[in-house]
Amino acid sequence: MNAPRKLPGNLETNRALERWLRINADGTVTVYTGKVEIGQGILTAIEQVVADELDVSPQRVRLQTASTAHGPDEGITSGSRSIEESAVALRYACAEVRELLLQRAAAKLGVSLEKTTVVDGEVSGGGRTVTYWELADAQMLKREASAQTAPKAASEHKYIGIPVQRRDLPAKITGIPAYIQDMDMPGMLYGRIVRPPAYAARLKSLDDTEIKAMPGVTAVVRDGSFLGVVAVREEQAVRAARGLARSAQWHNDQTLPAEMTPGAYLLAQPARVDVISEKSDPIIKQQGGQMLAATYTRPYIAHASMGPSCAVARFDGGHYEVWTHSQGIHPLRRDMAKALGIAIDALTVTHADGAGCYGHNGADDVALDAALLARAVPGHAVQVQWMREDEFAWEPYGPAMVVKTGAALDTAGNIVDWQLDLWSYPHSTRPEGKDGVNLLAAWHLAEPQPAATPANPPLPAGGSHRNAIPLYDFPNQRVTNHLVMQSPLRVSALRALGAHANVFAIESFMDELALAAGADPVEFRLRHLKDPRARAVIEMVAQKSDWKSGASGGGTRRRGIGFARYKNLGCYVAVVAEVDVEAEPRVTRAWAAVDVGLAINPDGVINQLEGGIIQSASMTLKEQVTFDRERITSRTWDDYPVMKFSEAPQVEVTLINRPDLPPVGAGEGATGPTAAAIANAIAAALGARVRDMPLTRERIIAALAQ
Amino acid sequence: MGISINVNGATHSVDADGETPLLYILRNDLKLKGARFGCGSGSCGACTVVIDGKAVQSCDISLAAVAGKGITTLEGIGSREKMHALQSAFVAEQAAQCGYCTSGIIMTAYALLERNAHPSDAEICAALDGNICRCGTHARILRAIKKAAEAAP
Repeated sequence: MNAPRKLPGNLETNRALERWLRINADGTVTVYTGKVEIGQGILTAIEQVVADELDVSPQRVRLQTASTAHGPDEGITSGSRSIEESAVALRYACAEVRELLLQRAAAKLGVSLEKTTVVDGEVSGGGRTVTYWELADAQMLKREASAQTAPKAASEHKYIGIPVQRRDLPAKITGIPAYIQDMDMPGMLYGRIVRPPAYAARLKSLDDTEIKAMPGVTAVVRDGSFLGVVAVREEQAVRAARGLARSAQWHNDQTLPAEMTPGAYLLAQPARVDVISEKSDPIIKQQGGQMLAATYTRPYIAHASMGPSCAVARFDGGHYEVWTHSQGIHPLRRDMAKALGIAIDALTVTHADGAGCYGHNGADDVALDAALLARAVPGHAVQVQWMREDEFAWEPYGPAMVVKTGAALDTAGNIVDWQLDLWSYPHSTRPEGKDGVNLLAAWHLAEPQPAATPANPPLPAGGSHRNAIPLYDFPNQRVTNHLVMQSPLRVSALRALGAHANVFAIESFMDELALAAGADPVEFRLRHLKDPRARAVIEMVAQKSDWKSGASGGGTRRRGIGFARYKNLGCYVAVVAEVDVEAEPRVTRAWAAVDVGLAINPDGVINQLEGGIIQSASMTLKEQVTFDRERITSRTWDDYPVMKFSEAPQVEVTLINRPDLPPVGAGEGATGPTAAAIANAIAAALGARVRDMPLTRERIIAALAQ
Repeated sequence: MGISINVNGATHSVDADGETPLLYILRNDLKLKGARFGCGSGSCGACTVVIDGKAVQSCDISLAAVAGKGITTLEGIGSREKMHALQSAFVAEQAAQCGYCTSGIIMTAYALLERNAHPSDAEICAALDGNICRCGTHARILRAIKKAAEAAP
């Protein structure tokens, strides 16, 4: 027997059609996706796809919340992959189900398949009609997907490609309960966790007599260094947690680096070294004359979600039921079962919307916290929300990185040799690592489960080395990944992973080389770039921003450009940033051009680009996790300032729609290009190059003094 | 027994400690989930409500301190069926991503427009500098607030 054909998207791993959708007798379609809403609008895009491929109106589509109890296991909602994996799977699944329904309709109506037409689930043929709702039965979808039915061509789309309003926003904008934080259950109790003061701290002693006697307190949970409290009212839980924190005594150790800029401490660590790209043309290499080299750094950066992590759990009759805003309910469930020492069937995890996460934050950890507290009060639902200080201090940060570049130019100013060496920690410690348990509380229990060996997502998408290989066509190049396995600070996936620092370095260095070559940055990029889609976004953003070589934005404003194709296989994004350097550097305007292939919801793509640009500007100009030798000192918004309204730029995004090409995600495409565009604008304004993020006024002054 | 407060035009008697942050009373006792917990120290704006015409962070003010005052929450200015001009402008402009900060921003804007019906961009930004949006929806939010202001007489 032949091996089964590879199916599109996550149909490959979830082949049963009934796992994806049901056609209901009441005139609705139930759709199951394993991807979750994190503010990116994925559920709206999926609704558009289902409506078009099935030929039903979007009002008939009922999207089921992702749960381990039903629907496909789609791993993790991350990496801008939800369109490619889930929407594409549903595109093929729905096209196939439409075909099955039309076959049944044709038989019933006594006409050939070609003679049938369908409008909103009503099939016509031979002067008679029959509806999907009459045709479907439970048996019909009990089969494996074949993906042999081609989805519709772009010209047949009614909903795909049209800007559609997000289905979830009206509730969120009018205060209708929509988030995990809003969940209420009869008799629900409130829990709070008391974390150790530092990573290495261990609970030495605790006197909880007074706390147990406080009003409303129903349980104090101590298990090793894991400490929590359950109370009848939320403010009672908060007060009791503060009391516990005061009475707890901890052992502590100095485990954190002495300096916050990652240069020395990261380079000093033993690393796994991999050459990930090598191109050689010795004859051209000999033409190299002028050589340049530079070193760029990025500090640890926080996700800094607006809504501290939150979960609800109930333990009843030996079964745990947990609701959380995790990006991956199935991997979480498998790690939680290990941490709780239970069979996986004794646990159901269901997703509920949370605040934007931008990667792996505390959403998984808090689910285990809630389960551990719920275990102490069987039969009661317990809601746990982290305090702001714990959200900042305990989330896994985007890793610090160092990127060293070197290049040689020939006499015509062309790059003939390129080298890039990057140093980083792994970019994923999500649940379900290859060993161990990746949940915070599991490490603090009396019988701890060690953390898994950190993972670095492999190429071609890459983790630390995401976008480390330039898309430019250099005749000689060598790119080397230096991976340091153990970070002193907790780290995991943050929006764009290594692409933030790698694109910052590559695109900053391209401007440094353009300057040395006496070339305009836009022209210099184009002369090294063959890919027509790459050239198109650069040309488009140059046109939209009215790019002129060496042009001023007026006064102390200058412009810079940055470009990347996300992961070298996703969306193409070029950004021009205009930066005012009069005081603290501030992005005043930004333009972007983006190509995601087929744009399913054009306004959704533009919203993601706008947000990606503004968030990257915040990270690049302002953000850095701070620490002393023992503990994280970024604990409040005052310690970790982010972009304010008065600092935010105007943003203009141009979408280059390619409806006949496959759709790809957009969420992370702007992060790297924006960082470089800002650095390049600052360099254009002042003639000084700042290579360490954040690009602060202090660092600009230091660069000017050199 | 209980402390009496006026929320969205209705009087409620709440049986809770007077030191309890107003936010928990709104969310857990009155089941008004529009104001959201973000920081607990009045520095992110996610819990903003309007008290006697002023935008106030409800995580940072006690139940006892608001007794007898007029409190307006997101739910008090409009509903899904009958949205306030600000809410419909936020929908029209799709001025949200995760939406968690949105309610506090709408309430800050509501207080601003009550005292200044046609604010400049700079005045809107100054009013919103106590509200954090982490998704980067700033430009759309400014557009939505201006749209709502323009719709006003």
